Amino acid sequence: MHRKTFLKSLVGAAALAMTGLPALAQDTIKIGEINHYKRMAAFAEPYKMGIELALEEFNAAGGVLGKPMEFIFRDDQGEPGEAIKIAEELMTRDGAVMITGSILSNVGLALSSLAAEKQFIYLASEPLADSLVWASGNDYTFRLRSSTYMQAAMLAEQAAQTDAVRYATIAPNYAYGKEAVEAFKKVLTDLKPDVEFVTEQWPALFKIDAGAEAQALERAKPDAIFNVTFGTDLARFVREGTTRGLFDDRKVFGMLTGEPEYLDPLVDEAPEGWVVTGYPWYDVSDEANTAFVEAYQAKYDDYPRLGSLVGYMTVQSIHAALEKAGSTETEALKAAFKGLGVDTPVGQITFREIDHQATMGAFVGTTALRDGKGVMVDWAYRDGADYLPTDEEVREMRPAN
Amino acid sequence: MSIVLETRGLSKSFGAIKAVQDVSFALQKGELLAMIGPNGAGKSTCFNMLMGQLKPSAGTVWLNGTNLSGHGPRQIWRMGVGRTFQITGTYASMTVAENVQMALISHNGRVFSILPYAHRLYRDQALDLLGLVGMADQADRHCAVLAYGDLKRLELAIALAHEPSLLLMDEPTAGMAPRERVALMKLTADIVRDRGVSVLFTEHDMDVVFAHAHRVMVLNRGQLIANGSVDEIRNDPRVQEVYLGGGTLFNPAEEGQHA
Amino acid sequence: MGFFIAQFLTGLANASALFMVASGLSLIFGVTRIVNFAHGSFYMLGAYVGYTTMQMLPGMVGFWAAILLTGVIVGLIGVIVEICVLRPVYRAPELFQLVATFGVILVIQDLTLMTWGAEDLMGPRAPGLTGIIRIMGEPVPKYDLALVAITPFVALALWFLITKTRVGVLVRAATQDREMVGALGVNQSWLFTGVFFLGCAMAGLGGALQLPKGGADLLMDFTILTSIFVVVVIGGMGSLPGAYLAAVLVSVLGVFGVTYIPQSTLVLIFVIMVLVLMIRPYGLFGRPEVAGEHGQVGEPERPIKPAGPRARMIVAAGLAVLALMPVYGSSFAMVLTTDILIFCLFAASLHFMLGLGGMVSFGHAAFYGGGAYAAALLVTYAGTPMELALLLAPLGAGLLAVIIGWVCLRLTGVYFAMLTLAFSQLLWSLAFQWSDVTRGDDGLVNIWPSAWASSTMVFFYLTLVICVGGIVFLRHAAHSPFGYALRAARDSTRQAEATGIHTKRVQWAAFALAGAMAGLAGGLFVFSKGSVFPNELEIVRSFDALIVVFLGGVKTLSGGVVGGAALEGVKDVLTRFEYWRLALGVLIIVVVILAPDGLVGTARKLAEKWGLMRAPEDGK
Repeated sequence: MHRKTFLKSLVGAAALAMTGLPALAQDTIKIGEINHYKRMAAFAEPYKMGIELALEEFNAAGGVLGKPMEFIFRDDQGEPGEAIKIAEELMTRDGAVMITGSILSNVGLALSSLAAEKQFIYLASEPLADSLVWASGNDYTFRLRSSTYMQAAMLAEQAAQTDAVRYATIAPNYAYGKEAVEAFKKVLTDLKPDVEFVTEQWPALFKIDAGAEAQALERAKPDAIFNVTFGTDLARFVREGTTRGLFDDRKVFGMLTGEPEYLDPLVDEAPEGWVVTGYPWYDVSDEANTAFVEAYQAKYDDYPRLGSLVGYMTVQSIHAALEKAGSTETEALKAAFKGLGVDTPVGQITFREIDHQATMGAFVGTTALRDGKGVMVDWAYRDGADYLPTDEEVREMRPAN
Repeated sequence: MSIVLETRGLSKSFGAIKAVQDVSFALQKGELLAMIGPNGAGKSTCFNMLMGQLKPSAGTVWLNGTNLSGHGPRQIWRMGVGRTFQITGTYASMTVAENVQMALISHNGRVFSILPYAHRLYRDQALDLLGLVGMADQADRHCAVLAYGDLKRLELAIALAHEPSLLLMDEPTAGMAPRERVALMKLTADIVRDRGVSVLFTEHDMDVVFAHAHRVMVLNRGQLIANGSVDEIRNDPRVQEVYLGGGTLFNPAEEGQHA
Repeated sequence: MGFFIAQFLTGLANASALFMVASGLSLIFGVTRIVNFAHGSFYMLGAYVGYTTMQMLPGMVGFWAAILLTGVIVGLIGVIVEICVLRPVYRAPELFQLVATFGVILVIQDLTLMTWGAEDLMGPRAPGLTGIIRIMGEPVPKYDLALVAITPFVALALWFLITKTRVGVLVRAATQDREMVGALGVNQSWLFTGVFFLGCAMAGLGGALQLPKGGADLLMDFTILTSIFVVVVIGGMGSLPGAYLAAVLVSVLGVFGVTYIPQSTLVLIFVIMVLVLMIRPYGLFGRPEVAGEHGQVGEPERPIKPAGPRARMIVAAGLAVLALMPVYGSSFAMVLTTDILIFCLFAASLHFMLGLGGMVSFGHAAFYGGGAYAAALLVTYAGTPMELALLLAPLGAGLLAVIIGWVCLRLTGVYFAMLTLAFSQLLWSLAFQWSDVTRGDDGLVNIWPSAWASSTMVFFYLTLVICVGGIVFLRHAAHSPFGYALRAARDSTRQAEATGIHTKRVQWAAFALAGAMAGLAGGLFVFSKGSVFPNELEIVRSFDALIVVFLGGVKTLSGGVVGGAALEGVKDVLTRFEYWRLALGVLIIVVVILAPDGLVGTARKLAEKWGLMRAPEDGK
């Protein structure tokens, strides 16, 4: 008797899977976009808004290959397994021509692995993990945003110009944090061999014990601190560190700290004088970037975050690839993405043939307070192409395609 | 007649409290022996030592000539000792027959067997045992819906599953209506007679004890103060003092606790 | 010296919020026996409500008034939840309320997002307490000192309330013996509501009090959940002094851990918990659980029987329908069904030990993820072919279960559950931290099926055969002497032991078998997804399985499978919508209230009521 109900539910599930949502007619070019819209809403929302802005602009101008582009947005709950399932659905049932998305590196890596196995294009828009294009790189995966290594290298370059010798690091205890610290140490040591790393702190992600971490850093008496914490960890760390005077007379180099996503929640407590990577949308003056910021503000009555820029550039990249390929076939797209040049708000970027990493750079500047809000000043855009390992190193890391 | 169970100088202390002191007795084959005494006299402690749940502080227990010291409850059960509890412990999610089959499965060493259907194993034997306690007609009922008296009888059937030579029954009639008590004890007496099992039981109800026991032991403050036939015990002044004059007695209020 | 004192004070300050939240959880558990998974959500609400009230009430007086007000507001929200969600299900099988509280988590997550938005909120500073005081040269924030000073008073006030007032006496009496309090003529349901108010108010207070040290964000409900569980368990479930001492212990050791073993941040708290439970199985101040207290209470499970010929025919027909899916279904239908089948096997494995054995595990993901990692590591490092890896995955997970089970089975009930949780977290930390081997959260990728099984259809058939085989095997085991012995050990350990059944060994074997089958599911998962990440070892995964077992019906044989299929199917549909967590949460709560016996149990009762199925004797 229990078997009856067991059976019913299995059949029910099967029926559900079969009917589901009817596939739409093939009059648009569909791109599957998988993200953690709920779990990381603060980052995914601006990103999605950036995508929608770009879509609107491109489709008003006639789309691509004579058809409008359409993004199918799906929530993966931040679970790699879910993302895989959704990608299969998007590719096999919804008729997506390629997949993009993800903020979390693990989801990005899972999607990348699936892309290679099932042979479709995955454009990793936001995940930062170096291994995505290097150690675990494959022929079907491309990455837009400047990676952990690139951003850490930019900060290391800045650090090398100071007279600080004793460095302490604090990074969330997971892959991104470890990669960032490793890259920073490597590049900085190359540039300035006499530096010394006096302590490494590894708070659990989003569970930082900020008071204790600040004390432990203070105890090591470093000249400078390399910070990789972000989100709530960053807020807690900044507050405890400021209260306890940890940052007084010390140089601090902060990964991503200047991105509006992370800087703005700190409001008037944003740290001053940190050297950070980020996005000073409020002060951009070049034409392309200004146009993007203005269009975004006009559409949303809100200002763009870095995610918005990445979302916008994601659509630009895909549009360019489709146009270059002249087709929606995977092999054509793959060929198109290799060495693809895209004009973006931050200038022209190129998807490198050697590792499929785009040369999108980052804005590096110093934090300051302006009107009770953290901003970046004295910033400059650093081209990503200048902060990548040598081709030999890349070839060594990346498995043969 | 041969001796089934024998204790020599059995004692148990909990810290400074001497719960059982120097208790020695023997149980003959086919005998129905009652152990009585007021609350706190040490009956349960004695029982728990016999079953291996408690380790004696001193003294030994012999079963059919084998020293039981160092053996746990499971081993003692395997050596042929069955037990029923004051508060019944049956498997509420199974049928009546399956309760008995479980004991048979254990007896035959097939607890970890994963291939056969359990409800088919030893069913006939289980039905025989249920017939013995007058429960055959209820074999396929859900154990959870049984009346209390039936649970007691079921427990007896379970205890008999491995054909024990000795049965330890802790307050077998506690919580039962008077008529059920008589019936259960009569059943027990019949089993002793027909199957040659020896029974040691504790009991509060003197009517039950005097009507059915072959022999009676009286425990007070951890010591065995009398051991003899029903008549001897009935007329023993020390026993009378314990129960009538001593004040630590057995009275209706106390009875009520178990009801 | 000054450094040590400063460290110690930091630890004490950290203990503050932790104690507040944990004491609430402990109180609720002590009286109502509800393991409130949603407790972290009330903490999160406290932070958000506190943020808003602090905006409205400025100044030093306003700040503290806002904190108290937050406690009251969150307490009242707790009352609403208790009355609307939990009260209807108190009579349901024990721990069923877990499922309801899980629904509450989802609902609160989305409602909070709707109300306060996605961006993290920086907590306001405490007026008048923004600076530092130097103690032997070391800076200590004033607010930390305030917390250090306040917490013992709150603890004392709570202790006074519990030990010295009439309400407190009733609460304590209810902790000891619920029926007795009912017999004394106390309205038990209002007592429960009152305790829920108090418990949630404490969580709200904790959330508001930590604002000046951090802020409010949407992930804080889960980030604190494990910590407070650990604190409550180390302290002893239901013990207030225990909760305080444990909060201090965990926080202070945590602070020193940060200084001397900076890499320890993930594992330390669980290592402490395992050590404490090894030495004091019921926590520092807990009392041993009375046998049967957490076994199968409520309506006893029905006797089971293997399916008759008719039921077998129907199942065979159903399987045939499934097997023909490639003919009529899309490729994605096969992918989805593969996912569901794997999850069903995972749920069925938990159901085997939980339903039949009464062993509630909060850490079953250890074996699912364990099997997944075993397969993935074999493929990555030994180039093991899929066929062998699928064989070794359950063996590896089973071995793991043998070891973990040996330790955990020293305890019973909620303490057993907590110990399994601790071990699964340790394993998670291992996978997360040991990046040389496991590659941390970058995971192990590119683990795809052998060439012959790489098409969606072939892998679907492979999964179908293995999962259905596994589920049928577990079902058959339930009907075997071993399954019966497992139920016997659950129904009456005393009787089972008294008839020669080595109950611990039976449970141990069942634990290992359940672990092995979960490992098999995990192995299949890896090959279906091509990668594995520490996510598969997370608490969330354990909860997923636990929820579906209860949702399906813990006292039925097919509960796990049906619950698994139902939840996965519904999730696949709902996640397509914007506020799917709200919808799913509400749906779970509705199911819990309407079907307190789980889906299968309730369906069976309805079928009996409508005469579609033979009703069991009522015994009257």
